[in-house]
Amino acid sequence: MSTMRKIVRRSFLIGSAAIAGGVAFGAYYVNRPTPNPLLGDLAAGEAAITPFVKIKSDGITLIVPRADTGQGIMSMQAHLIAEELDVDPHDVTLDPGQPHQAYYNGIISANSLPFNPLDEGPVARTVRDLMDTVSRLTSSQFTGGSSSTSDLQERLRMAGAVARETLKAAASARTGIPVVQLQTENGAVILPDGTRIAYTDLASEAASIEAVTDVALRAQSDWRLLGKPFQRTDIVAKSLGTQAYGIDKTLPGMLHATVRGNPGRGGGLGAYDATAALAMRGVSAVVPVTDGIAVVANNTWRAFRAAELLDVDWPAPDYPASSEEMWEALSDAHVPENLNSRLRDDGDVEAAQAEASVVITAEYRTPFLAHAALEPLSATVLVEADQVTVWTSTQIPAVVRDAAAKITGVPAEAITVHALPGGGSFGRRLDHDYAIQAIEIATAIPGTPIKTTWTREEDMTHDFPRPIHMARARGTVAEGRVTSYDLDSIGMPLTESWFGRIFFVPPGPDTLLVWGVFDQPYEIPNYRVSGYKSGQMVPVGSWRSPGACSNSFFHEAFLSELIHAAGADPLEERLRLMRDPVSRGVLEAVGEMCNWAGSNIGPGRGRGIAFSHTHHVPVAEVVDVTLTDSGIRIDDVWIAADCGTVFDPVNAEAQLTGAAIWGLGHAMNCELTYENHAVQQTNYHVFEGMRLYQTPRMHTRLIGEARKVAGLGEPATAPAAPALADAIFAATGQRLRQMPFNRFIDFA
Amino acid sequence: MRITVDGTAYELDVEDDMPLLWVLRDELGITAPKYGCGIAQCGACTVHIDGQAVRSCQVAGADVWGAVTTIASLGTAEAPHPVQAAWIRHQVAQCGYCQSGQIMQAVDLLSVNPDPSDDDIDQVMSGNLCRCGTYPRIRAAIHDAARALRET
Repeated sequence: MSTMRKIVRRSFLIGSAAIAGGVAFGAYYVNRPTPNPLLGDLAAGEAAITPFVKIKSDGITLIVPRADTGQGIMSMQAHLIAEELDVDPHDVTLDPGQPHQAYYNGIISANSLPFNPLDEGPVARTVRDLMDTVSRLTSSQFTGGSSSTSDLQERLRMAGAVARETLKAAASARTGIPVVQLQTENGAVILPDGTRIAYTDLASEAASIEAVTDVALRAQSDWRLLGKPFQRTDIVAKSLGTQAYGIDKTLPGMLHATVRGNPGRGGGLGAYDATAALAMRGVSAVVPVTDGIAVVANNTWRAFRAAELLDVDWPAPDYPASSEEMWEALSDAHVPENLNSRLRDDGDVEAAQAEASVVITAEYRTPFLAHAALEPLSATVLVEADQVTVWTSTQIPAVVRDAAAKITGVPAEAITVHALPGGGSFGRRLDHDYAIQAIEIATAIPGTPIKTTWTREEDMTHDFPRPIHMARARGTVAEGRVTSYDLDSIGMPLTESWFGRIFFVPPGPDTLLVWGVFDQPYEIPNYRVSGYKSGQMVPVGSWRSPGACSNSFFHEAFLSELIHAAGADPLEERLRLMRDPVSRGVLEAVGEMCNWAGSNIGPGRGRGIAFSHTHHVPVAEVVDVTLTDSGIRIDDVWIAADCGTVFDPVNAEAQLTGAAIWGLGHAMNCELTYENHAVQQTNYHVFEGMRLYQTPRMHTRLIGEARKVAGLGEPATAPAAPALADAIFAATGQRLRQMPFNRFIDFA
Repeated sequence: MRITVDGTAYELDVEDDMPLLWVLRDELGITAPKYGCGIAQCGACTVHIDGQAVRSCQVAGADVWGAVTTIASLGTAEAPHPVQAAWIRHQVAQCGYCQSGQIMQAVDLLSVNPDPSDDDIDQVMSGNLCRCGTYPRIRAAIHDAARALRET
């Protein structure tokens, strides 16, 4: 507890402030005070600080600034505050708040730095701190990188604790009863005689006293909510059908728009003839937008139909026209002058391989993939003379706000962004191209709220997809062991492409290119990982565990090939090579869960294993398959992971299984290909992922030995595909080195 | 066009071929049925017509042959339908966008097959896509709801 108090004193400035009708509590870092997002709303004489908790006479509001696109983070944020504040998270208002640099993400950009996440050395720490400062001073309110829980958990719990203690002080001042004799429970201060004073009744008094900031966070053993099974705050609405998403926004007098973008992303808009579209019933306007053209109508379906009638010349963008040519360019990028990073270089790979009689080589490839969140991209915008309002699901609300300011000329302070729940994202809403177009449309028709909805076809063919990625690897084995491992990861410039659109490009090598491969906690005597970067091609984006979703496949698939060549056991050899004890723990756990006894589990069957350490979480997965008359059936998947303290066990299990199903489904049957610059896959009939009939039995375990808390939105994705490939090899003898696997083998 | 949705009769002046989904969402403001694909590949738009699950993106408004029920009239927070109650108990939803359709499909399944096997569930529910991968809990919730419905 004393350590926690010290951390709190050093890191946070905690305070309270009067706001209209009550009091707000918040916390921010003292060495970089951030401006207050509430200041604009305040009447003269009132003051405010960064609010996570607002107590007013008419109710309690918790500010939950990270976007929920399905991963349960709204509920998590509410429970973190509620644990200390003693309120029922289901009984308070949850508000994403307005975008503000006070809600910066200090982790997501630090993770892009070229340091192993397990590296706690002075250089790594100093540069991470610098990146943290940059994040605070910019529009870095990002939701992503599985970072929300680890980034916010201390700030949110402190905000709850300060609010609680300040409310107790207010109750003490009113009643004359010493604070030590006061308890709190379910939104009220409890006096020694059992009398309850609701927090809401104390709002104005709490606003008039100094905040009590000398507070300690509760010990884990005292938690009432965290760490125990609890109900997500959104689960009832999502089961009743009453949850409203971005696409459901409805306003009086609202018009509906849709966009047809250049099939070749970035090619811009050429000459067009909109006569037929404008003649359609209900169509009121055609508006040129960035990289496309929009139709505005009084019904979404009418806009969709009219958009098909637009006759447009689409200028060609300046990258290769087909995926075949892009693969060629990527393969050709594997030359010394494109070496971008060599973040692991242990021992002497070249000497080890020069001495070996046999060098095992392999090449691996992963395709372009769409995010294809089930809710198509959508944004509703109202542009007025001196203010702009945007309603949309986004992981980057501050970036959307800045874009609205730039497009409309309205100052950022007069722009409101309502971040609404998203029907999935998987990284897609870390871009804001759809919001830019929606703002442009609404700017052309000021005074009318306009909801822009992309068709599924537009969504799938105008993604910023997961980039194509390949690896060439060489390795040696001797005396039953892996002795050298040399992997070249050859990828597209993902960081430049994505960060360049929304933020700024961090200096140094493109670490996303080698995430999930340079940073794995194995100790191989001669072990080298090099990143090679191609030139820009089709613009690409962040896809659930970017970089690692491909690199982990390369790394583990090749390790499996070497272990097989060595004649070693896939689990035993991984355990022998593992130097991180927490990672060893998940490997041991997954072996225990499935009663591991090798990859042979009977005729026509196979068992595969893979491990990955991504987003600060080690995950080991075992997959069992059976070769049936209609193809490979996945029977069981075991997942062991360690994210440190588990705050929300029910949702943690959902994230592990969901991420693994995501990884398996896309490995089985998904890819985007390009012809004439256009994506050829237009809808779910040719981009299915996993469906229910293919879903295996899932078994999960969280260990809880890791020192730091980490998030689970992504980590179970990466090892799924290599574990499946390994199982298929065990069952059939066929090595799958390229996704999707259904190019080479059928699935039942 | 005359149409009855969730017990209310409407008379509308829209094109005969406007899909029921867009009649519901943009003309009547009933947004619980979701647009996901527009080609009957995802099931997010599933509603009932005379108690039978249909993809509302594929039924022209003029062709609707009976009373339309959406999830909006299936149950309430105080009195959820047994299938919704099972979905809540199992905390099925992640993003939740597909779940209106999943639940409407599951209600239809249990009305014709009160005790479905895993294979029966696979057969009927595989047309409903869930990008978050909530399938294991969907399976468990359907078995649970089936038990609850048999006991009532």
